[in-house]
Amino acid sequence: MKLDPKIPSGPLEEKWDRHLKDIKLVSPNNKRKHNIIVVGTGLAGASAAASLAELGYNVQTFSIMDSARRAHSIAAQGGINAAKNYQNDGDSVWRLFYDTIKGGDYRSREANVYRLAQNSNHIIDQAVAQGVPFGREYGGLLDNRSFGGAQVSRTFYSRGQTGQQLLLGAYQAMMKEVYSGKIKDYPRQEMLDLVVVDGVARGIITRNLVTGEIQKWEADAVVLCTGGYGNVFYLSTNAKNSNATAMWRCHKRGAAFANPCFVQIHPTCIPVSGDYQSKLTLMSESLRNDGRVWVPRKKGDKRPPHEIPEDERYYYLEERYPSFGNLVPRDVASRNAKLVTDDGLGVGETGLAVYLDFRDAIKRDGIEVIRAKYGNLFDMYENITDENPYETPMRIFPAVHYTMGGLWVDYDLMSNIPGLFVAGEANFSDHGANRLGASALMQGLSDGYFIIPYTIGDYLAGTELPKVDTDHDAFKEAADSASGLLDKLLAVKGNKTIIEFHRELGKILWDKVGISRSKEGLESAIKEIRELREEFWQNVKVPGEANYFNKYLEYASRLADYFELAELMALDALDRNESCGCHLRDEYQTEDGEAIRDDKDYAFVSAWEFVDVNGELETKLHKEPLEFEFVEMKQRSYK
Amino acid sequence: MSEMTINLKIWRQKNADDPGRFEEYRLPEVNEHMSFLEMLDVLNEKLIKEDKDPVEFDYDCREGICGSCNLVINGRAHGPKHKTAVCQLHMRNYSDGDTIVIEPPRAAAFPVIRDLVVDRTAFDRIIEAGGYISVGTGAAPEANLIPVPRDTSEEAFDYATCIGCGACVAACPNSSAALFTGAKIAHLNLLPQGSPEREKRTIAMVEQMENEGFGDCSNYAECEAVCPVGISISAIAQMRKDYMKAVF
Repeated sequence: MKLDPKIPSGPLEEKWDRHLKDIKLVSPNNKRKHNIIVVGTGLAGASAAASLAELGYNVQTFSIMDSARRAHSIAAQGGINAAKNYQNDGDSVWRLFYDTIKGGDYRSREANVYRLAQNSNHIIDQAVAQGVPFGREYGGLLDNRSFGGAQVSRTFYSRGQTGQQLLLGAYQAMMKEVYSGKIKDYPRQEMLDLVVVDGVARGIITRNLVTGEIQKWEADAVVLCTGGYGNVFYLSTNAKNSNATAMWRCHKRGAAFANPCFVQIHPTCIPVSGDYQSKLTLMSESLRNDGRVWVPRKKGDKRPPHEIPEDERYYYLEERYPSFGNLVPRDVASRNAKLVTDDGLGVGETGLAVYLDFRDAIKRDGIEVIRAKYGNLFDMYENITDENPYETPMRIFPAVHYTMGGLWVDYDLMSNIPGLFVAGEANFSDHGANRLGASALMQGLSDGYFIIPYTIGDYLAGTELPKVDTDHDAFKEAADSASGLLDKLLAVKGNKTIIEFHRELGKILWDKVGISRSKEGLESAIKEIRELREEFWQNVKVPGEANYFNKYLEYASRLADYFELAELMALDALDRNESCGCHLRDEYQTEDGEAIRDDKDYAFVSAWEFVDVNGELETKLHKEPLEFEFVEMKQRSYK
Repeated sequence: MSEMTINLKIWRQKNADDPGRFEEYRLPEVNEHMSFLEMLDVLNEKLIKEDKDPVEFDYDCREGICGSCNLVINGRAHGPKHKTAVCQLHMRNYSDGDTIVIEPPRAAAFPVIRDLVVDRTAFDRIIEAGGYISVGTGAAPEANLIPVPRDTSEEAFDYATCIGCGACVAACPNSSAALFTGAKIAHLNLLPQGSPEREKRTIAMVEQMENEGFGDCSNYAECEAVCPVGISISAIAQMRKDYMKAVF
């Protein structure tokens, strides 16, 4: 396998412009001869589909949801970064680039991240023109807030619903092209395989989720925008239907999977209340601006919080990180919550929670000031937990939120399978080992509006693509393989439900491939995952049939892939003998628990190749070295 | 933590051609902290173990923003809690021994796919008819070139928060989609960026709404009462005003 990132030469600021000058164009007459498939209609997919259709390509969009508008991008709360420097506080493309590459703990490509920062300003222009109602000042101009520890205010926002508004903008742009006839939109269709002909991506296999029919679709290029794989953990802040199946099936057809162990765990989520729990809800991390995080000093202290005197409260972030206190980055806050609960200091019925207390802020600023800042979040908390956070501290706990890893892509966002492009959270490209707040929306839209439309043209103009139709053997083989897997799942007829298996898999990952990892734990996780996978194939109980609407069958097919992906995540974490960003290996930390990065041996992207040896999962690691020409790698410190 | 037994009466329908019927279930050990949809997950686990067909229903984010869930509970879209989508409803709103009737949103324009799952693509076709501002990628002017008064922007935002769940249609005695359509028209027509296409957009979307088989609005305001994000029926007034201006 050859992994050439194809980074253009020249100074950092000129790489993208030089590349745009060099890439080949497809003439308007020829664009209409090309079919392009876009899988997933979140920010990356909807923006790519709309932009490609406007250029004149024939686009087909596929979504597992009943409408393109319901992709999980819709749930993003906080905002989107851009280097507009409207606040005159010294922001610039360079500063946004630098913050992002440092935040990612030097495990992403300089050239990609710089381009992301360059594109950020165009995204805001585009969204405003589409009618996205960003927050504004009284003078009618756009407002910004600060976010995620940045020293400048560069985050544009639509109250706590920025993802919803940006997605509706992209979805509406897409529907405009459905009206013009350039996009054919297929909701409730799930991609189950990639069709590769002579080494080149030429189509996909889907299951019509209403009728169960397996369908074949031919194209000159496939753009995968199917989001992240956080749901492998069972409990996460991801929407329930978000899944890794399209990515994983591409991986099994030869696409390299990069940095699978890089998973962001968000520190401020509402804790688990019982076994029936189906998902976790994020509380904006802005709460840490005024809330103080603590646990009782005494193990097993069951007194209600207001009865615990001041000197028996352990404000562990303030004590351990005096200069950043409660505002340490996400990975540090999450790790410390785990440390105190592992020590038996956790609170609530399950002991898996810490307090986020507003008592002092309310005393200082008054209840009305706190209500004005966080009223909607406090209401949401009370609605879910039935506790009033104005009177009693919130209980919070970390939860899986975002996956930085994904399919490997080059600078053009093309995977190592020619013709298969990957955009948004589904690729690994821009966030390294840790994503900063308000940058997921930016990346999805940068990929979809401003990168894919150019780079796909370069590919089509420079590639000889013989006519292929869906009668080709490769389509038949892929369709048979997709339906064969469903039949196999239905045939098991075991005794344990899909959710029971998924919950067990999630627990292994959370305990051993979660906030902190160790060699011993990872080795045991790999063993446990394999055993559970074997049991799954002997004992899973999948209800119903394949020839009608059957959500549990969809779920079983996704879980089958999670079992394989989970093992790869553990392998990747085991191979990376260092701590960086979200990835903390117990063996590689300072005495006071700070991460130790190893730039000499681990400044690379791990790209895993799937090797199918008689149906057994075998993996092969390839390394793409990361070179830092323009920034100096430094150790992060928040003490 | 208190647990209760809940009696469920749920609409079961194999497909669009099946006449459908209610079936009754008794679910013990319902925890008050469960969300309503988690309660249905637990019911389904029980049905699967008993080799019965699980109940199909739409869901995704379970945070009240994606608009997938749209159950009608005891005759009310999204259930008893004001401005709350059913995924954000918790079982503590019910008591031991309660009977809960669960149906799909019923409207000719929303055919049933299976059980509680319906086809809402009519909403996409209304947006397709004109629910956008025609600006191609790359053609946008600098974002601060056109100031938008804060109040105008906030008002447009209030309409833009529609989650497209279809509760308004389910609640309306006429099965009208006026609140959904009006909210999108009001969002875009209020903004200076949306004003060049104002008349064309309004006529096209209103006509598409009629073509899809949704009824007319007779000011019952049931839609506003059940809307999980609190869209005001002033959206409908804005739509009518703009429609009248456009056709005369």
